[in-house]
Amino acid sequence: MTMIFGIPVQALLGQLLVGLINGSFYAMLSLGLAVIFGLLRVINFAHGAQYMLGAFVGYLLLTHLGIGYWPALILSPLIVGVFGIVVERLALSRLYDLDPLYGLLFTFGLALVLEGVFRYYYGVSGNPYTVPPLLSGGTNLGFMFLPNYRGWVVVASMIVCFGTWALIEKTRLGSYLRAATENPRLVQAFGVNVPLLLTLTYGLGSALAGLAGILAAPIYQVSPLMGSDLIIVVFAVVVVGGMGSILGAIVTGYMLGLAEGLTKVFYPEASNLVVFVIMAIVLLVRPAGLFGRDA
Amino acid sequence: MAELTLREAPARTSARLEWTLVGLGILALLVAPFLVYPIFLMKMLCFALFACAFNLLLGYTGLLSFGHATFFGGAAYFTAHAIKVWGWPPEAGILLGMAGAALLGLVMGFFAIRRQGIYFAMITLALSQMFFFFCVQAPFTEGEDGIQGVPRGILLGVLDLNVSMNMYYFVLAVFLVGVFAIWRIVNSPFGMILRSIRENENRAISLGYSVANYKLGAFVMSATLAGLAGALKAIVFQFATLTDVTWQMSGEVILMTLLGGIGTMVGPIIGASLVVGLENTLATSGFPVTIATGLIFMVCVLVFRRGIVGELYARVLGQLGKG
Repeated sequence: MTMIFGIPVQALLGQLLVGLINGSFYAMLSLGLAVIFGLLRVINFAHGAQYMLGAFVGYLLLTHLGIGYWPALILSPLIVGVFGIVVERLALSRLYDLDPLYGLLFTFGLALVLEGVFRYYYGVSGNPYTVPPLLSGGTNLGFMFLPNYRGWVVVASMIVCFGTWALIEKTRLGSYLRAATENPRLVQAFGVNVPLLLTLTYGLGSALAGLAGILAAPIYQVSPLMGSDLIIVVFAVVVVGGMGSILGAIVTGYMLGLAEGLTKVFYPEASNLVVFVIMAIVLLVRPAGLFGRDA
Repeated sequence: MAELTLREAPARTSARLEWTLVGLGILALLVAPFLVYPIFLMKMLCFALFACAFNLLLGYTGLLSFGHATFFGGAAYFTAHAIKVWGWPPEAGILLGMAGAALLGLVMGFFAIRRQGIYFAMITLALSQMFFFFCVQAPFTEGEDGIQGVPRGILLGVLDLNVSMNMYYFVLAVFLVGVFAIWRIVNSPFGMILRSIRENENRAISLGYSVANYKLGAFVMSATLAGLAGALKAIVFQFATLTDVTWQMSGEVILMTLLGGIGTMVGPIIGASLVVGLENTLATSGFPVTIATGLIFMVCVLVFRRGIVGELYARVLGQLGKG
C-alpha cells in the first residue's frame, strides 16, 4: 500500500473527500451569508436553521406526501425561499435603518424558534433520509472508492456556487444588485425597485441555505440541531474570507473544509478546532480577512 | 452604535427617586429568602450579576460579545475543580475562577477587538465555540457528566456555606459588591471614555485615546465579573457542566440584557430575574424554553428595543425631567 507521510493513501484521500464534502456545505452557506450581508447588511443567524428547514422539508415531503428526492431538490429551496421572503417582508425590512446588530439578534431569535419547534415535534435524534436510487452505490476510481452520492454533492455544490457567482457578476439583475450594494439611494433614483431587490435577495439567500439542507439530508441525518453547530463554523469561515467578495466566500469555504479533512488524518483531536485556529491566525496576520475589503 | 442605548436620564431630578428604589430593592432582597425558595433566588442573583457584567461591555462600550458563556462556564469549571479536587476553600476557588475568566477574556479580547460590529460578535462566538470543544475533550471537566458534588465548604474558615441562609447572604453580598464595582467602573473617567468609544469610535481615536487598549480593558473586566458570577453559581449548585459554556448560554445573557434594557444599571437585573423566572415556570409546563426565548428575542428587537427599564426611563423619567 502506498504511504504519504506514514499515512495510507486511501485514508488520506478518504478524509480529503470528507473535507471536500464539508467544504461544499461551508462554501454554499457562506456564499448565502455573503450575498445577504452584501445587500442587506444583515448577518443571517437563521441561516443554519434555514439549512435545517430545507432538510426537514425534504424529509417531510418524502414521509407524508411520498415526494422523492429530485422534486424535493426544487421544492425544498423554493419553500424555504418563500419563508425567507415572508420573514423579510414582515420583520427584517423594519430593521434596516438600525444598527446591524439588531438584524443579528432578530435572526438569532428566529433560529431559536425554528430549532425549538422542530425539536419539540421530532426530538434531537436524527432521521435517516435514503440516498435516491439513481445515486446509490459507488464507483471505484482505481485509487479509492467514491460513493456516488458524495460525488454528486461536490459537483452540485460547485454548480450552485458557480451559478450564483455568474448570476451576481454576469447578469443584468446581478449588476443592479451590485450597484444597490454600493449605493442603494442612487439605484432607487434610477427607477430600480430596491426594496423588492432586498426581499428577493433574502429569499435567494434563504433558498441557497434550503438547497444545501436538502443536499445534506442523505449524508448527515435530518436533525433539528444540524444547523446550529454548522452555522458557527460558517461564521468563522466568513471571518476568514471577509464578506467583501462572493468568490472569496466560495474559495474560503472549500479551503477550510479541506484543511479540516487533513487535520482529521494527522491530528484527529484538533479537527473540530482547526477552522477556529485558522480564523485566529488570519485575524493576527490579515485582520480584514483573506479577501476582505472592509476592516 | 448610538441607537443601541438610551440617553442618560435627566440626572438630578431622578437621583433621589433612584436611590430610594435601590434602597427598597436591597431591602427586598434581604427579606426575600424568608418568602421565596432561596436556591431560586441565588440562581437569579448569579444570572443578574452575569447580565450586569455583560452589559458593561454591550451597554457601556457598545461591543456585542456572543461568547460570554466562556467566562461564566469557564470560571465555574475552574472554581469547581479547585474546590473539589484540590480541596481549596470557597473564597480561593472563586478568586481562581475570576483569574481564569480574566485570562480567557484577555485572549478572546485580544483577537476580537481586531474587528468591529458584527464581525466582533462572530469572532467571539467562534472562539467561545472553540472553548466549548476544548471543554468537551479536556479531562478535568469530566466530559458530559461535568464536575459533580462540589462541596460548598466553609467561607474564610468561619461561615458554613452548607447552611442555606449563610449561602444566600454570601451570594447577595457578592452580587451587591459586583454590581457596585460595575457602577463605579461605568461612572469613572475610564467609563466615560468607554462611552465615548460607544458613541463615536473614530472621534475617540482622534482625541488621542488608544481605543484598542480601552476596549480590551473593558472586555477583561466584563469577563472577570462574568467569571465571578459563574464561580458563584458553581458553589451554589455544587456542579459545573457543559451547559454553561454553550452558545445558548451566551444567547441567554444577551436576551436578559436586551429584555431588561441595554445600557441601564437595573435593566439586566430585571431581565435576568424575568428570564430565570420564566424558565422555572416553563420547566414544569413542558413548553420548550428555546421557543419562548426565541420569541421574546424577536418581539424585543421589533417593538421593544430599549427594554423594560429603558422604556420606563424614556416615559416616566423623561416626563419628570420636563416637569
